[in-house]
Amino acid sequence: MTAPAPVPADVRPIVVEVRDLVTYYGDRLILRGVSLAVREGEIMVIMGGSGSGKSTFLNALLGLLRPTSGTIEILGKDITRVKPMELQELRQSMGVAFQTGALFSSMSLAENIMLPLREHTKLDRKTMQIMARMKLEVVGLSGFEALMPAELSGGMIKRAALARAIVMDPRLLFCDEPSAGLDPVVSSQIDELLMRLRDTVGMTIIVVTHELESAFTIADRICVLDKGEIIALGTVDEVKHHPSERVQNLLNRRTEDAILDPDAYLRRLTGEAN
Amino acid sequence: MTGLGALFERLGRATVKGVDEMGFAVSLFGESLFWLVMGPSRKQPVRVSAVVAQMMEIGIYAVPIITVLSSTIGVMLAIQGIYTLRWYGAESRVVMGIAMSVVREFSPLITGILVAGRSGSALAARLGTMRINQEIDALQVMGISPVRFLVVPALLAMVVMVPILTMWSNIVALGGAGLYCAGNLDMTLGVYFDQVMESIRVNDLYHGLGKSLIFGVLITLVGVVNGASVSGGAEGVGRMTTRSVVHAISAIVITDMIFVFMVTR
Repeated sequence: MTAPAPVPADVRPIVVEVRDLVTYYGDRLILRGVSLAVREGEIMVIMGGSGSGKSTFLNALLGLLRPTSGTIEILGKDITRVKPMELQELRQSMGVAFQTGALFSSMSLAENIMLPLREHTKLDRKTMQIMARMKLEVVGLSGFEALMPAELSGGMIKRAALARAIVMDPRLLFCDEPSAGLDPVVSSQIDELLMRLRDTVGMTIIVVTHELESAFTIADRICVLDKGEIIALGTVDEVKHHPSERVQNLLNRRTEDAILDPDAYLRRLTGEAN
Repeated sequence: MTGLGALFERLGRATVKGVDEMGFAVSLFGESLFWLVMGPSRKQPVRVSAVVAQMMEIGIYAVPIITVLSSTIGVMLAIQGIYTLRWYGAESRVVMGIAMSVVREFSPLITGILVAGRSGSALAARLGTMRINQEIDALQVMGISPVRFLVVPALLAMVVMVPILTMWSNIVALGGAGLYCAGNLDMTLGVYFDQVMESIRVNDLYHGLGKSLIFGVLITLVGVVNGASVSGGAEGVGRMTTRSVVHAISAIVITDMIFVFMVTR
């Protein structure tokens, strides 16, 4: 018997579809009509420098921020229009690993991991403990169940946050800067873990990062955001060889304002630029 | 802009912010009632263990300080009452004044102020810290309502424990005043408590306990509104915690006056 042929990437169902997303903070335009589709089982990396709008984009995708206009369909539901209770149910199919970890400081590591299970399932405590232990083992933290978040290192907190994000086996996983500030060994462990989740259970993963090396390692496709708009979208090779100067500046860590006009700089500081 | 214009602008902004916060507090209260009633049918009940933990924190751990301050206030009232009434040779009537003022005013007020300083500030600080650490965002994206998970247990615990603490404060303050009166007025404690029971009616007790229940709701809502509005890191948490205590005590005193005005006349 032969193994079934892998489903081509472009015929897999779309899990996340964003259309013409516009977001303002007060008078400031942050996202300028962003459109993006993410297919099932792919790792989409959203890249961009500071102030590019990637955190705002992530918050909008998570339903933490109501966009000014545009639609965000996640697993077939437009989260800009669903009722709060529907959004809550939908979120049970999503996992999120925050940049800071966002572990609950008053709970032990095991209790943190078990929280979604405790709130959304009727599993008994022993089963929940076994599941938490399994997920902690997946992220290389077995044996640390009883520790409090304050007793963990930065890398351990990130991995624990990942364990909590996948404890409900979500269809869709969001990771905010999963490897930022970590040493190369831990960073590559997290990259490997994300790829393993995609390859073994077909999890769709959206990663927001500014770490180029990590992005090029894990991404199926990369979306480059700059000044609130997508300036490149494609596979790693397509983005690496993108003809746009803005994209290349970002990839080569140059800024367009590297050589500043002192007068223009002063005008900008004093708000007279426009 | 002229100085007067700037003043009006600041006043306008402060008014809008105040109205906004009041609206937020009212919607929080409504949402809390919703989760309390509808939570079980939506398979998201309020956890009894969380309510009990909050009751311990708000109620049981506050007993020592309530005991010390209430007994002190009882003694102080007795001293002042006897001193004043002695001018008219009516010191034996002091018990009625003490009983009425303790049960109707002092116990609910001192309990409310202490709980606002102790637990209202802790609630604001806890929520503020959770907010800047993205823990509240984490709850939301896990499909867990922060109101059900964080606010309702605190609200329930306040509504139950503040009246119980007020009742305890009544007993201790009257006891403290009784000991002083017994020593100064050649009056036994038995006679003192007989006079206390003759002086107060059940309605006086309800008056004090009813107010303390309202204070419990106010302390929770003020703490949550301030905690949820934290921005700017640890400094912001400190600022909003202080603000929460000031607002809660102001709300308690003003509500007390309105309550007395509406019920006593």
